Amino acid sequence: MSVDERDPLTGHRTTGHEWNGITELNTRVPRAVWWAIGLTHAWAVLMWFLLPSWPLVTTYTKGLLGVDQRQLVAGQLAAAARDHDQWMSRIASEDLPTIRGDKELMATVAEVAPALWGDNCQACHGRVATGGPGFPDLVDKSWLWGGDDDAVLETIRVGVNSAHPDTRTSQMLAFGAGGMLTRDEIRTVATYVQSLSGLATPDDATRQAGAQLFADNCASCHGDDGTGDTSLGAPNLTDAFWLYGSDSETLFRTIYGGRHGWMPTWESRLSEAQRKILALYVLNVLPEKQ
Amino acid sequence: MVAALTVGTRVLALVILGIGAIVGLAMAVAGAGQAFGVHGWIVLIYCLVIAWRVMLQLDAPEPSPSRLRSYYDDPIKMGVVLTMAWAIVGMGFGVWVAYLLAYPDLRYDAAWTGFGRLRPVHTTGIIFGFGGTALITTSFHVMQRTSRARLAGEFTPWFVLLGYQLFVILAISGYLMGINQSKEYAEAEWYADLWLLVVWITYFTLYIRTLARRAEPHIYVANWYYLSFILIVGVLHIFNNVALPVSWSGSRSYILWSGVQDAMMQWWYGHNAVAFFLTSGFLGMLYYYLPKRAARPIYSYRLSILSFWGITFFYVWVGSHHLHYTALPQWVQTLGMTFSIMLLVPSWATAANALLTLNGAWHKVRDDATLRFMMVAAIFYGMATFEGSFLAIRGVNALSHYTDWTIAHVHVGTLGWNAILIFGAIYALVPVIWRRERMWSPRLVEWHFWLAVAGTVIYVFSMWNSGILQGLMWRTYNDAGTLQYSFIDTVMAMHPYYMGRAVGGTIYMIGMLIGCVNIWMTIRKAPEAGYLRDMPKTPAGDADDRRVPAE
Repeated sequence: MSVDERDPLTGHRTTGHEWNGITELNTRVPRAVWWAIGLTHAWAVLMWFLLPSWPLVTTYTKGLLGVDQRQLVAGQLAAAARDHDQWMSRIASEDLPTIRGDKELMATVAEVAPALWGDNCQACHGRVATGGPGFPDLVDKSWLWGGDDDAVLETIRVGVNSAHPDTRTSQMLAFGAGGMLTRDEIRTVATYVQSLSGLATPDDATRQAGAQLFADNCASCHGDDGTGDTSLGAPNLTDAFWLYGSDSETLFRTIYGGRHGWMPTWESRLSEAQRKILALYVLNVLPEKQ
Repeated sequence: MVAALTVGTRVLALVILGIGAIVGLAMAVAGAGQAFGVHGWIVLIYCLVIAWRVMLQLDAPEPSPSRLRSYYDDPIKMGVVLTMAWAIVGMGFGVWVAYLLAYPDLRYDAAWTGFGRLRPVHTTGIIFGFGGTALITTSFHVMQRTSRARLAGEFTPWFVLLGYQLFVILAISGYLMGINQSKEYAEAEWYADLWLLVVWITYFTLYIRTLARRAEPHIYVANWYYLSFILIVGVLHIFNNVALPVSWSGSRSYILWSGVQDAMMQWWYGHNAVAFFLTSGFLGMLYYYLPKRAARPIYSYRLSILSFWGITFFYVWVGSHHLHYTALPQWVQTLGMTFSIMLLVPSWATAANALLTLNGAWHKVRDDATLRFMMVAAIFYGMATFEGSFLAIRGVNALSHYTDWTIAHVHVGTLGWNAILIFGAIYALVPVIWRRERMWSPRLVEWHFWLAVAGTVIYVFSMWNSGILQGLMWRTYNDAGTLQYSFIDTVMAMHPYYMGRAVGGTIYMIGMLIGCVNIWMTIRKAPEAGYLRDMPKTPAGDADDRRVPAE
């Protein structure tokens, strides 16, 4: 193609080169492109004047606005803390019954608690605190470590079998693996335990043998009547709530291998006010919702 | 293919493969019992399989010297097949990962099926396997045709193409075994990186040597873009992977950079992998196949110059926009943001140059799905670059960063621009290289086109919704001044969009599989083209490619 060739469609000249049949027009750069370049570059230069931008040898240009992202964040955090402080300081200083009596404060608790719950507790105890195998249901009124204000607050603070020095400690022994009970004995005592809450109706011989095994091995923690002991975290075995499951197979596994639950301590992660909010959420807000 | 090589080249290949096999064996012995040793076995087997293939035809007669007058297309044929193979691997893992995010049980509790291992397989399989192989393949085609010269050397193109495959195989198999240096888009460990460096330098010299042979006085735009892609990716690769191996018999290494400098180096690399791998290289592809297919002159040579230098200059500055609101000093963030905005016009000018080239050929766009692939790719390119500059603004980034909006943005680029352009280029390339009249089934090309567009749109809209919803939920405060939503609330809110994404990805993948069938059948069954003049020169030395019919 010669230099003088024109594209019949556009009337523009080509550059005169050709590569494998491809040619190029020598069309001038559209004016809109120059305008757009001008605008974007002007904006960029303006930003360079306003914001921290170009490095100098040991420092950098600070910008006319004097913006600094660290100061901005620090300021925003301080402002947020001031906002929280109106209600957070009251929750921190007052006891739970007083907070319960204050409708407005309880409304704040109900507003703040779900996100706190979702980010810290939900992974184990579930969305509405109904728990799951190995993780206690917190709305069923069957408390492992007690359900009054102080007990709940203390459990949240120190956790169970956690790294906290004051941690609540509990362990169910591995009666089968530890050689204390034979497999048959485990089955017998399991059936007996089921009968306590009406889940099984064993014959008299089994019941008696089971009761004897229970008295010898289990009663020291779970109590003579199997109603448990909240000072040891030993569950009540006579109610309808089961931590690991009430079927024969699960009970066998529980008695054979023992159980060693775990809950982290929240003292270093959540403030006292936040822990109170969670206690109120579990004790008041959630039950009211259900 | 082996028979077309001279006996000397075949012997050279065996020597190199022998060395490779010995290195592989040494790795297997030194790293016995570790993943590094498995990599040794992979290298060994890879070399032996190719060596066996060469041995089969070691005694074939010397090829005719007249072949030197024609273009060297054998590696391109292999490249097309490998490109589509990587598409199956990369998109297959992508679809799996998409379903996995919607239904977390789909990992079946194996170690290698964790999201952290599958995701880099998807990204590397697509970017480096599928995209990289497509770039190498098309660059071999474009550099020859636009230079009117045969590829420099017969061994080198194979070394580049197959050596590169080995790198991607090592990278991906490593991720599945847990080998990962924890740098996004540069997860491969030190030995794979060193090997890629060797391949890449060879690739660069091959390109330069072929250009030096050119019979055209000027270098066509596509070659500028391919060259900037090869050169700058090489530089980025070196700087981002300066690592000290813990031992010569293990995969672990430590990067020289640390702290925020390492983050800056990583995103200088990471962003320019997008820039020079997925943009510049692909613009080279666009600049050849689109005007060729449309049979129209490029709209403006001047616009080509402006946008090439604009993209090349501004892109290398903008990596820091990946680190807004981090420990990176704010002045670096400002520079990244402003250069991203200045980059917008050159990027758009390229898309405009491509689309304006179609003036006078829009009836072809209507009738020819292959050209339509390229047109739509240019549009998605324009959208992706606009979105990229927009997301680079700090205030916007505050909402979008760490959300699925980023995933949406990336896939506008990879699904809508890169992959759709590759498909268009391959549909244009396959009949030429295999000397076919046309693709086996133009109807299937049409089907592929609409499935690809539909898949992209469903995918991208799902992720836009998901990302913006997620970003807004993360920053919503209640009246008491605390966060309204817990993290798990946002995860549950995203679930429907995750299903949408998986569906979009599945549709896209079905289109790609149809393309594979069509390509295979074209090679096997499509009617042969009549006599094509697709040679660099006549015996008299004149151009001999003028009457290649527009495919």
